[in-house]
Amino acid sequence: MTVVRPELGATREARGGGESPYGRPVIKEPVWTWEIPFYFYTGGLAGASAGLAYVARLTGNSALARRAWLAALGGVSLSPLFLISDLGKPVRFFNMLRVFKVTSPMSVGSWILAGSGATTGVSALNAWTGLFPRTAAVSRPVAAALGLPLSTYTAALVANTAVPAWHEARYELPFVFGASAAASAGAAAAAVTPARDAAPARRLLVGGALVEVALTQVMERRLGPLGSTYSEGPAGKFGKAAKALNLAGAVVAAAAGHRNRAAAVAGSALVSAGALCARWSVFKAGSQSAANPDHTVVPQRERIERGRAPGSARGVAGGR
Amino acid sequence: MTRQTPAWPDTYGDEAHARVGFFTDTSICIGCKACEVACKEWNQIPASNQGFTGESYDNTIDLGANTWRHVAFVEQRKSLDAGTDGADLALAEVAARNAAADGWGLQTYQDGDGLRWLMSSDVCKHCTEAACLDVCPTGSLFRTEFGTVVVQEDICNGCGYCVPACPFGVLDKREGDGRVWKCTLCYDRLKDDKEPACAQACPTNSIQFGELADLRERAEKRLEQLGDAGLDQARLYGADDDDGVGGFGAFFLLLDEPETYHLPPAPVDTTRDLGGLWATTAAAALAVGAGVAAAFLGGRR
Repeated sequence: MTVVRPELGATREARGGGESPYGRPVIKEPVWTWEIPFYFYTGGLAGASAGLAYVARLTGNSALARRAWLAALGGVSLSPLFLISDLGKPVRFFNMLRVFKVTSPMSVGSWILAGSGATTGVSALNAWTGLFPRTAAVSRPVAAALGLPLSTYTAALVANTAVPAWHEARYELPFVFGASAAASAGAAAAAVTPARDAAPARRLLVGGALVEVALTQVMERRLGPLGSTYSEGPAGKFGKAAKALNLAGAVVAAAAGHRNRAAAVAGSALVSAGALCARWSVFKAGSQSAANPDHTVVPQRERIERGRAPGSARGVAGGR
Repeated sequence: MTRQTPAWPDTYGDEAHARVGFFTDTSICIGCKACEVACKEWNQIPASNQGFTGESYDNTIDLGANTWRHVAFVEQRKSLDAGTDGADLALAEVAARNAAADGWGLQTYQDGDGLRWLMSSDVCKHCTEAACLDVCPTGSLFRTEFGTVVVQEDICNGCGYCVPACPFGVLDKREGDGRVWKCTLCYDRLKDDKEPACAQACPTNSIQFGELADLRERAEKRLEQLGDAGLDQARLYGADDDDGVGGFGAFFLLLDEPETYHLPPAPVDTTRDLGGLWATTAAAALAVGAGVAAAFLGGRR
């Protein structure tokens, strides 16, 4: 039976429960808004860009290093704006740094982002102005080291929830997010770096995009019935767009990116859009999965029947 | 008798109180919703959206920021499997009624159309291993000296992480306020040695408040009674320490499968899987580093 309360359906997708024999959703849909998938993108971009900039500098490719530091700075500057805007009480954003909790990926991530922001800022400033050379010498490796978990922890954040399509994907999502971040960083740097210095960025763009597409397929297949969430509804539309954009961008950048600046920019734009769509697909899949009581109940019931979980109910005879 | 939690009782020293909770015996719930009203009044919770759901007498729908007690109404009918013949139908109806009465137990069976109503006052479970508390990045959610789980509203910044983390869908963000709210097990009343408002208002003692160890003993006796009376489907929900959340602080006696009441049959605090998840995340981070380094093989062009 459908719930005759449109005001609920308007704020939360599929609140009415649909066709499931279990009626209503068992868990709540995430309340996160549009800022969060954008943050997944900007955070990943910032993290992998810091790594790219660091290695570029080590190899003496300062043209690439300077631009990658700039991309990292852009990503790490936008990220907190998205995150703070999503809070119910934005003025209390500083409460994120009130404690450090390893059981909360959001807490760990807040500290990573704070450290990454400070060190990336110094590194980028130094790369472009030469200021603070000694501080920058320390900041660069720290920014690169923090950038790596910055590009993957958001997967741990969503996977550590009761949302079945996220939690059951916990072995793949960090790698999917990491590949997406690498592709984003490669794309940003390849778009703004002269072609003769941009080869590593193009390789990162192509490799990241291809790995992301492949891992997403693997994830959907391994998830079984839950995996179809990623190919249905809004999540499916974003997922298909991500795949097409990533593949097209990789082909364009690989084929012509090294001699044609326009092709490099086009390939970068396609892959950047693909990475963003991929994040939106995962984000939407979470809402769709949470709204579907079958996703919550059926796997739990199976775990009980296979003796892999005791379940929470105990009957008259002591059986479960 | 009840398990310790990471933050109770040891961190409270002398201030620690015995762990308290609710035993909600749904076999004697009459669906009066006095608990919903008492909870709203005592805790000064804003009104929920008014509307007609068409789902029995349940217009509250679910727990959330503005609903800390929710009386679920589940209507169950045994289907009539009969031919078109009037006499067949009558015979089949009698058979179905008899089957319903046998299956459900005479106490819950209601005459007429083989119908029974299941009523259950749902509430925050105050889990031993509370996912909401584990994931809260501000420390707003905490374990009280009574072993309960409470949101400190002067700390919460409305990040919303606890909302999808809860395996029961208890917490939600309050619109126009931005923070998350949930049952406090009347923390303020506990401090004054008073029982929570819902338990005090319950006219049938379906909601029983007390020390968790005592409540569990009471519940075992009640389950035995109902078993003797022929209610084979009666079961305790959340009364054991070995489930996926380490047992509930607020547990239930149900007359059917948990999912019939929109409750998860095997809820898990996903923090249990977090060690492996962190390892995977670290491995993925290293893979990104390796990928970046590999991109520089083969030179600049």
